[in-house]
Amino acid sequence: MALRQAMRRLGALSSQTSTAARAFTTSAPRLEATEAQKESIKSFMDAFDQNKPIPTMDLPSTPSNFMSPEREVPATPPEKMTLNFYMPHEIQFKDAEVDQVMIPATSGDFGVLPGHVPTVAQLRPGVVSVQLNSSETQKYFVSSGFAFVHANSVTDIMAVEAIPLEQLDDAAVKKGLADFNNKLVNAKDDYEKAAAQIGIEVCGAMNHALEGK
Amino acid sequence: MPNFNLFPLVSPAVPHGSRLISLQVVAQRMKSVGNIQKITAAMKMVAASRLKGAQTKMEKSRGLVEPMVRLLGDQPGVDAERTLLVPVSSDKGLCGGINSTVVKYSKVVAGLSGAQVPLLTIIGEKARGQLSKAYAETLTGAIVDLSKVPLTFATASLVSDTILNQGAGKHQIVYNRFQSVISFKPTVATVYSSGEYEKAAESGMNNFDAYELEGPERSEFLLDLSEFNMGVVVYNALLENSTSELGSRMQSMENSTKNAKDMLGKLTLLYNRTRQASITTELIEIISGASALEG
Repeated sequence: MALRQAMRRLGALSSQTSTAARAFTTSAPRLEATEAQKESIKSFMDAFDQNKPIPTMDLPSTPSNFMSPEREVPATPPEKMTLNFYMPHEIQFKDAEVDQVMIPATSGDFGVLPGHVPTVAQLRPGVVSVQLNSSETQKYFVSSGFAFVHANSVTDIMAVEAIPLEQLDDAAVKKGLADFNNKLVNAKDDYEKAAAQIGIEVCGAMNHALEGK
Repeated sequence: MPNFNLFPLVSPAVPHGSRLISLQVVAQRMKSVGNIQKITAAMKMVAASRLKGAQTKMEKSRGLVEPMVRLLGDQPGVDAERTLLVPVSSDKGLCGGINSTVVKYSKVVAGLSGAQVPLLTIIGEKARGQLSKAYAETLTGAIVDLSKVPLTFATASLVSDTILNQGAGKHQIVYNRFQSVISFKPTVATVYSSGEYEKAAESGMNNFDAYELEGPERSEFLLDLSEFNMGVVVYNALLENSTSELGSRMQSMENSTKNAKDMLGKLTLLYNRTRQASITTELIEIISGASALEG
């Protein structure tokens, strides 16, 4: 674990040294995409303007109208990274300043520090651990979702469901695991089989997370 | 239907000084207007009490939308092979103009995709009533009664599955975004299919290729991401629209209550005036008759 973090820090350092090149490569397509978006919205609004039945009708809004302005990519990575942790029914963290986040991607866990390379990750059932500062760490079990690590040291985690690890009930998890194993044995068709396998995967991950607590 | 004359005092047809049948009619109307006032006031209270909870839930659902738009872009003007239009409306009426706004904007957006009329999947009873005839040929279905139980992400995922199963390349969702209790912004959210997002990523139209991938390879990743994106957008749009519905209902019911109150005041005045006038006339008749006997 410690070794892994050291590797990450080294990685962050090496990316720092080549800041100028990186800033150029990451910001060039970014700018282009922003331009493309502006153009696309403009052409839509122009077409709308020509098609509207009454001249007084207002133009519609699009989701980008309501977004907060994006942060600049700083030349050197900041001390702390910014974390947004969203669920459909809850906002767990919004613009929180934290030290480090461990994210369970489908291709393996990875840690995010300030200045991490831009990454999009698909999450698997597992533990997201948020290191708020040197002494405090919060752990959440997430079912699935996505995580975006942006060039400006902002990380967005989007989970369908996430609960604090200490709220998991050990007995219920073990019972769930046994139940789904039973279901897999008795599965009649592919759908039931797949559902049972997903259940085993999630319960197994919960079990693993509880053991490692 | 009898011809109610609400102003018998100025009507030449009614003999002056007689007790009028229309007084009963006025009394009946006063009663019915009073009842309507009670109903609209109660509807306003119900909408107001539900609004707070709905607003909190809706504001939390906004979180997921922003990172998605940042990564995948907001590009309503890019054409795809087939467009699917999703107007989001409410199931119940008596909520001001928000449903007709959605219908109006949907009609304009439907006219934008050239000669080809877009496919249409309607959410909500009200837009179905107004749009299903005009777009009968391209209508793929309507989803109603979503507001009967509290919305969950699972329900929204089912809805987005239905939408994605139509196989369109571009999906435009028209809904009312909640600004405040008195203001709602008609909004068009655009969600593309994974294939279109892949094309956009290759041509640098969005930021996707600036990111490293942790997970399956790009096309599979984008397939999962675009499905999740659709779920997120639909979930948010449904909540925004139902919150706007409550806000708009609160507003329009307040106006109705005020109108009913005004009307009741006018009717009461008319009723009392007419009653008093006829009593005065009768008194004059009696007094003048008595004084004639004395004299």
